[in-house]
Amino acid sequence: MAGKSAPLGTPTKVTQGSRTKGGIGESTLRPDGILKVTGEFAYSSDMWHEDMLWGQILRSTVAHAEIVSIDTVEALKTPGVYAVMTYDDLPTDVKNYGLEIQDTPVLAHGKVRHHGEPVAIVAADHPETARRAAAKIKVEYRELPVITDEASATAPDAILVHEGRDDHHIGHVPHPNIVHRQPIIRGDVESARERADFIVEGEYTFGMQDQAFLGPESGLAVPAEDGGVDLYIATQWLHSDLKQIAPVLGLPEDKVRMTLSGVGGAFGGREDLSMQIHACLLALRTGKPVKIVYNRFESFFGHVHRHPAKLHYEHGATKGGKLTHMKCRIVLDGGAYASASPAVVGNAASLAVGPYVLEDVDIESIALYSNNPPCGAMRGFGAVQACFAYEAQMDKLADKVGMDRVEFRQLNAMSQGTIMPTGQPVDSPAPVAELLRRVKAMPMPPEQQWLAAGEAADVRQLPGGLSNTTHGEGVVRGVGYAVGIKNVGFSEGFDDYSTAKVRMEVVGGEPVATVHTAMAEVGQGGVTVHAQIARTELGVAQVTIHPADTQVGSAGSTSASRQTYVTGGAVKNSCELVREKVLEIGRRKFGTYHPAWATAELLLEGGKVVTDGGEVLADLVDVLEGEAVEVEEEWRHRPTEPFDLRTGQGFGHVQYSFAAHRAVVEVDTELGLVKVIELACAQDVGKALNPLSVIGQIQGGTTQGLGIAVMEEIIVDPKTAKVRNPSFTDYLIPTILDTPTIPVDVLELADDHAPYGLRGIGEAPTLSSTPAVLAAIRNATGLELNRTPVRPEHLTGTA
Amino acid sequence: MRVNFTVNGRPQEADDVWEGESLLYVLRERMGLPGSKNACEQGECGSCTVRLDGVPVCSCLVAAGQVEGREVVTVEGLADFAKQRAEHGSCASGASGACGTPLDAAKRWEARPSDSQAGEGTELSPIQQAFIDAGAVQCGFCTPGLLVAADEMLERNPTPSDGDIREALSGNLCRCTGYEKIMDAVRLAAARQGEAV
Repeated sequence: MAGKSAPLGTPTKVTQGSRTKGGIGESTLRPDGILKVTGEFAYSSDMWHEDMLWGQILRSTVAHAEIVSIDTVEALKTPGVYAVMTYDDLPTDVKNYGLEIQDTPVLAHGKVRHHGEPVAIVAADHPETARRAAAKIKVEYRELPVITDEASATAPDAILVHEGRDDHHIGHVPHPNIVHRQPIIRGDVESARERADFIVEGEYTFGMQDQAFLGPESGLAVPAEDGGVDLYIATQWLHSDLKQIAPVLGLPEDKVRMTLSGVGGAFGGREDLSMQIHACLLALRTGKPVKIVYNRFESFFGHVHRHPAKLHYEHGATKGGKLTHMKCRIVLDGGAYASASPAVVGNAASLAVGPYVLEDVDIESIALYSNNPPCGAMRGFGAVQACFAYEAQMDKLADKVGMDRVEFRQLNAMSQGTIMPTGQPVDSPAPVAELLRRVKAMPMPPEQQWLAAGEAADVRQLPGGLSNTTHGEGVVRGVGYAVGIKNVGFSEGFDDYSTAKVRMEVVGGEPVATVHTAMAEVGQGGVTVHAQIARTELGVAQVTIHPADTQVGSAGSTSASRQTYVTGGAVKNSCELVREKVLEIGRRKFGTYHPAWATAELLLEGGKVVTDGGEVLADLVDVLEGEAVEVEEEWRHRPTEPFDLRTGQGFGHVQYSFAAHRAVVEVDTELGLVKVIELACAQDVGKALNPLSVIGQIQGGTTQGLGIAVMEEIIVDPKTAKVRNPSFTDYLIPTILDTPTIPVDVLELADDHAPYGLRGIGEAPTLSSTPAVLAAIRNATGLELNRTPVRPEHLTGTA
Repeated sequence: MRVNFTVNGRPQEADDVWEGESLLYVLRERMGLPGSKNACEQGECGSCTVRLDGVPVCSCLVAAGQVEGREVVTVEGLADFAKQRAEHGSCASGASGACGTPLDAAKRWEARPSDSQAGEGTELSPIQQAFIDAGAVQCGFCTPGLLVAADEMLERNPTPSDGDIREALSGNLCRCTGYEKIMDAVRLAAARQGEAV
């Protein structure tokens, strides 16, 4: 298959709007760009209100303990302190929250289950006063043994992290310290194994990654005269927050009015609540606006992380290089609270096979409850961990078979029509072999680039960089490839809808469309794309993007690579309905002047009603004079269904997304230092609504994959379950010097099920980036390297 | 304590400053200039980068009291700062304190409505425009610090190599872009600067 010609793409049919400037397919610029470069864009930590107080959270200093007592007397006496609240001050019977399982206490009750769990909250007139007062709260703990891994979680005498579980997973898990278990059984692994000429087994470890968005958790809660509260907040999903906040406050949802503030990145880390309820509680208690801003230290405790994982894989292949079977077991550590763990389990299981044809599989995926930090959503969501492992397996198998590693993958690559282990057919383009071909065909970066500049070595191009640890001595190059598969949208039967309100009217003598959704713009560029869609569908130049809030229906989460698909789809749908109404008005007003009103296909282009032949029938300003058209509608993609709890069968996913990477690294083999020289990516995006943003997403996702390959890991002490590196001093994310050039090849093969044929793109590049880098390091060093991130001691044999 | 200093060419006085407050806190919470960002507050991410007497610093690591009598340029003043530099040559390197932003010019950006998403008609510095044009802005939280740092680098080194750009900006973390579009933006600003000369 290697080297063959590209599959033909389905051209995306766009009649309406094809003549409108600034529509889909163009790299229009961000509507918030100017505000962001001038410093005027108001992020959630920038909010300010007259008479506002500052909130501070007191967090547990131990991972697992009974709370014997909490003494707030000294804290309350501190001048400038307005309120101190503990569990006993919660206003209603609803004292927990959670995305799926409400197991997370708003404030600890009797017990803490992880390091950094919120125990008490303080409001004061200065942030330092609040911090000092919180430090005066005396909490007496009686420490309990910590559960830190599968062995300690499922030991016969293991303490239950959550006693008396009554969630809907408890009936099918083998132990109460397991949140959820999803097996997937298809075919017959035992007999397929007999066909294998080669069998490869591997045990892989994936470290705990942090989203490390730069804008810290923050927001401002303002008590309202009607007894409600207005909350200005950075989140990924306003309505999900609302559903969790309102019951704890004892308020109806319409009295908790939420407005999205500027969001400084998210990457999954804002799917769960952080300071939302705490700020509201303090605001309602004191009657004053309360602002809470985490610092970076607290941020490491204030949101869930990517699940660390242990993965055991067995693959077989024939002499000809065909995969025979796959058996795997994936153990994800969900930490102290469920968060998104059940869905991550489902993803890891259903995507554990990777983008390969495998008919005989036996998959088990579980998530633990432990006393480690809670883990949940992060870009790639379960598929990342699996990809790291199955791609390592592919290289090992290719080597055993004696095939080129890329050709081996291409030989086994899935394509449109392949049946997933869940029984779901892949019913849109799946150009896995083609993406590998493209990424392999990209020109290689020149050797020894550090010499190119002149006589002296440019150490910035070398492993160790400005530390000046080598001028090329002991430096070896390696090249690695990987490819991955990610689902798009919320899966397993979730009602994954979005809502868009679109209004069209004449403002200042011009037709203007206003798009109002609750979509959380977290940096991905949804606001840019919504304006493009409105221009394409309504043929106007001016589009106003209304701030996102809870005055309009839910847009679902900005996660799972879903917003351009689902809220983009909702905006498109509402625009189409608006267009029909506008044309109705036009027919009513002007229909008698021209027969085409009744007979031709009519389009809105350039502010006018035109026929598909381009003849102008009316100006939109005249059609809309004295009339505004408004539509608010929910929009749904095709439904999915849950995976069977015993066999894992089910039409579980909306859409699949594919990316491939080639990594080129140079390794200082003496010091174990790695310099990634280039990370080339090829990705199918279905239809690039905004090519500039698409490439930005791919490069950003690629870089987060690089981070977990060679740098990033939250280190949790296995004896105490305490976090040892909660800072940017000790948790390293890639700098501009650590990040290589990232050439991107974008393929556009339309998915006919999706609006404009688009494919969700945000996560796929995070999957294959990591295993490609690992493969390149293995290629350079000859080491097996079964864990990520790779640290110098793993390369020098001093671990 | 009371601190007197110049921000974006305009004399400022901050009262009741607690001794432990950082320059970042005073800018954000007392002066109404939240453009400098609070991503780590420990000098690791560069999102709070400002010019202090011309030198780029992490304002989170500067005690407010240390800026007494000194000149600060933040992202909010970057456009005016770059304009001054373009009009008056090298004086904007700042150490002399001789060239500041006139009061009415400083007010101009303060007076702009913050509810306008597009901000048409806003005067931008070349590096600000290049960040928008190149797609270097996603969430934007790192952007102010990167702009101040990149502008300062281009002032010192108008024709930087890629290695120079990476080295100069290595103290500014970005989590969204993978830095490629930031590289593009700085190259673009340098090229436009070269054309303009």
